[in-house]
Amino acid sequence: MNQTIDYHAILPELLLAGTVLLVLVVDVFLPAKRKSWSMVVGLIGTVAALVATLTLIGDARSTFGGSYVVDNFAILFKVFFLSVAIVVLGISFRYFREGGFYQGEYYFLLLTSFLGCVMMPSSRDLLLLFIALELVSAPGFLMAAFRKTDPRSNEAGLKFFLIGVLSTAVMLYGMSLIYGLTGSTRLDAIARGLTDIPAAKETLAFSAILFVVIGFAFKVSAVPFQFWAPDTYEGAPVPVAAFLAVASSAAGFAGLMQLMFVAFINQHAFWTPVFAALSIATMTLGNLVALKQTQVVRLLAYSGIAQAGYILLPFALVSGDAAVNRSAFSASVAYILIYAIMNLGAFAVTIAVSRREPALLIADFAGLVRRAPLLAVGMTAFMISLAGVPPTGGFWAKILIFKAAIERGGVGPWLAVIMLANSVISVVYYFAVPKQMVLEPARDESRLRSPMLVNAVVLLTLVAIVAVFVFPNPIARAAEISTLIGG
Amino acid sequence: MSGWDKTAITVTTLLPVAGALVIIMVPKEKDRLVRALGILFTGAALVLSVAIAIGFDYGKGGLQYVLDTSWISAIGARYHVGIDGISMPLYVLTFALSFLCAIYTWRYVPDPGRTKAFLALMLLLETGMAGTFIAFDLILFFVFWEMVLVPMYFLIGIWGSANRQYASIKFFLYTLFGSVFMLLGFLAMYFRGPAPHTFDMVQLQQFAAGGGFEHGFQLVAFGAVALGFAVKVPMWPFHTWLPDAHTEAPTIGSVLLAGVMLKMGTYGFIRIALPMLPYGAQKYAPWIGLLAVIGIVYAALACLAQKDLKRLIAFSSVGHMGFVMLGIATLTTIGIQAAIFGMVAHGVITGMLFFCVGSIYDRYHTRQIAEIGGGMAEQLPKLAGVFALVSIASLGLPGLAGFWGEVMALLSSFSPNTGLGLSTTFFRGFMIAGGVGTILTAGYFLWMLQRVNLGTMPERWKDHGLSDVLAVEWVAWIPLLVAIVVLGLYPRLIFGVTDEAVRGLMSVLGGG
Repeated sequence: MNQTIDYHAILPELLLAGTVLLVLVVDVFLPAKRKSWSMVVGLIGTVAALVATLTLIGDARSTFGGSYVVDNFAILFKVFFLSVAIVVLGISFRYFREGGFYQGEYYFLLLTSFLGCVMMPSSRDLLLLFIALELVSAPGFLMAAFRKTDPRSNEAGLKFFLIGVLSTAVMLYGMSLIYGLTGSTRLDAIARGLTDIPAAKETLAFSAILFVVIGFAFKVSAVPFQFWAPDTYEGAPVPVAAFLAVASSAAGFAGLMQLMFVAFINQHAFWTPVFAALSIATMTLGNLVALKQTQVVRLLAYSGIAQAGYILLPFALVSGDAAVNRSAFSASVAYILIYAIMNLGAFAVTIAVSRREPALLIADFAGLVRRAPLLAVGMTAFMISLAGVPPTGGFWAKILIFKAAIERGGVGPWLAVIMLANSVISVVYYFAVPKQMVLEPARDESRLRSPMLVNAVVLLTLVAIVAVFVFPNPIARAAEISTLIGG
Repeated sequence: MSGWDKTAITVTTLLPVAGALVIIMVPKEKDRLVRALGILFTGAALVLSVAIAIGFDYGKGGLQYVLDTSWISAIGARYHVGIDGISMPLYVLTFALSFLCAIYTWRYVPDPGRTKAFLALMLLLETGMAGTFIAFDLILFFVFWEMVLVPMYFLIGIWGSANRQYASIKFFLYTLFGSVFMLLGFLAMYFRGPAPHTFDMVQLQQFAAGGGFEHGFQLVAFGAVALGFAVKVPMWPFHTWLPDAHTEAPTIGSVLLAGVMLKMGTYGFIRIALPMLPYGAQKYAPWIGLLAVIGIVYAALACLAQKDLKRLIAFSSVGHMGFVMLGIATLTTIGIQAAIFGMVAHGVITGMLFFCVGSIYDRYHTRQIAEIGGGMAEQLPKLAGVFALVSIASLGLPGLAGFWGEVMALLSSFSPNTGLGLSTTFFRGFMIAGGVGTILTAGYFLWMLQRVNLGTMPERWKDHGLSDVLAVEWVAWIPLLVAIVVLGLYPRLIFGVTDEAVRGLMSVLGGG
């Protein structure tokens, strides 16, 4: 077979891969005091990859025999992941410089993970999806355990690793079954193959689908595969937790969308009830347990689980109607984008506070409005937004899902009601944070100074989350045109 | 001129937000400047709203000052604002009360100070409240509706009294709980509505006029949206958040809460629930009427039992809003006219009552009626006089503003909408129960005045040097006192404005 490779299509990945290697090499030659410069190298490479991605906008390309596709969907997610990478690099800088970590290795691992993220939305082949997923996860195991001297960080890494490997094994088994059934690893070929398998093998196909879903359910921390998330987030360095909560889970969703909306779309009658149960269990458990949390990162972890439940809901709406699927699909995409903005903001604030209050109890945020007004105002907005209350972008994220659910009819409105009830519950714990920051007196009135890059991220996400509220059209439109289904 | 017509409402409604941004920029040392800016921005917004009221063509039905432009194409929501006779009194009332609150703030910023944040939140609140009355797209309406929650939560939570944290979160959760059902109802109306689907309130109303939603659906949808509105009003038995919120809120918070925010609920009934779901309205009306009179009687009895002055006024709001809801439930022109009048009158009177209670607290540092111990008329004659006048207005004395809304609501329930059929008998029962309620209302107000104003002042207050009404208080209060008298003597001031719009509404509801 004589294939030509479209190098322009994979230029962002090439640039990022080159940067990953360069960071590792540069780190060796940097004097001990200048180790943090590897972040700058990583940043430049990421920006270059972002620019390369932007040049791809507008045309749909595919290469490697059609298993690697760069379409609107892929570009939207690539731009998203690379922007998140820039933000995570920004909030990592001071944290890792001051914490006495191995900085070169960290940036190497982080960018490798992001390389996996960037590959994910283009991968239209089971093998590529698997490689991308592992590329995201494997460095994550190491990064979670990066605070070596702290047993909790070791626990974080180990838990993440064990559960991750287990679910990967199950997923691989499922993928092998699917290959056995359809004779292909290409997603579109699988979709065709699955439609005309004999009825006797249908059960096998269904279990294979379930196994594959499990692998991704772990990634997005859906119940009952969520156990690792709170412990891992809490033990990991906070910027790593931010990465896991935003980029890593978004990568999981991107992969899941391609599988469900492309490869397994014809079996929707089988898997939509599974997703309905998954979504309800995930949001309900996440919200109820979050009510009891006293530590901010654990709170964000459970909130992340609950939010994953919301993002899973549109999957349960899939039906034979392409219009319904399109609006369900774009509701999920829009939610992921908006969720990332507010969650990154919340983590940025948490990082700033962690410099002075390493335990990061909610009570440690008391009186923050007087110690660091920008952080407090930002955090208030992010919490309001996560709860889905206007005037913030989180409101539209939820509305789009409600709309898709009610439009669907049938089971949809009931799912919407459950999600609504959950949103109301979530207000209780989301508001616990602003309540501490604003209503409680500070134990220590001294000013809390935060790094410039972190402040910049907080300000940026704050403006973004309000801007999304006033002009939600761009995000909604982007989600709409970046569909995998029905052109 | 046409430029002004299109942008007037947007500019006026958003001006307070701009003011909030400006105030945030001012360094916090310049406390006086911050307060002056608060007065300046609320004042400018009031002037603009009055200019809108003057430019309004009262002979013409329908919306004026309309701006209808695309906003969020993905969900078909539009930025559609406008104003009609039903909105106008409430819109102007919002700006007027906010302006007076800003003046009041010139002297009183409740503990723990932080004037900047206080005024910025108040201005945000103002935009949210005003926006609710001019939004003609369901999503836009919902956005403004919810925008009110966060500032009010902080106003109660930061500047409230002892039990503020409990009260603020209770207020927030309660209203949010109601409004999510309302949102579901809106979405359901969107999808069951005419093709192409629309959130546009004018179009949905026209759709309802020409047949409208199927009857079974109307029952469900009306239930959902009515729940959201009923919590806000608040109707018995959804009222339990109100006494807590009112009692704990700072004076300004209580004034705006009672004066404007409760009206968002009743306005929602008149603007959305009735005209868009007329069949549902007819089926639910007897029940709404029943809850309304239970609220009237219950609130009056609860008031008799209150020891805390502010809590007493808070409960009296439940009763007054019961009259408003009774008027709405009759589904008649008179009843709805009465409701709108009652809303404005209650806004002015109860807003003023909360100012009085705030000032009394400011002097005595207690709100317990027993501790105040009477004799205010002797030592603080002006304050006692104002308090007495407003209380009497509130109990519905003819010639003052409180009278018209109540008496017309009772009158209208003698002959409710013909479409209600056999329920007429029930409504006459409601009228009798409401009448009993007015007697009880008079009873508790007079008893309250007797305990606070009359008698001799206890020794311990004598050497406290309690000051009578201050200049800044006069400035904030005189407009309200004038309004109470003028609306009482010349009710056409409101009826004339609302007449045309209510007629338009009735054409949808049918009957008479």
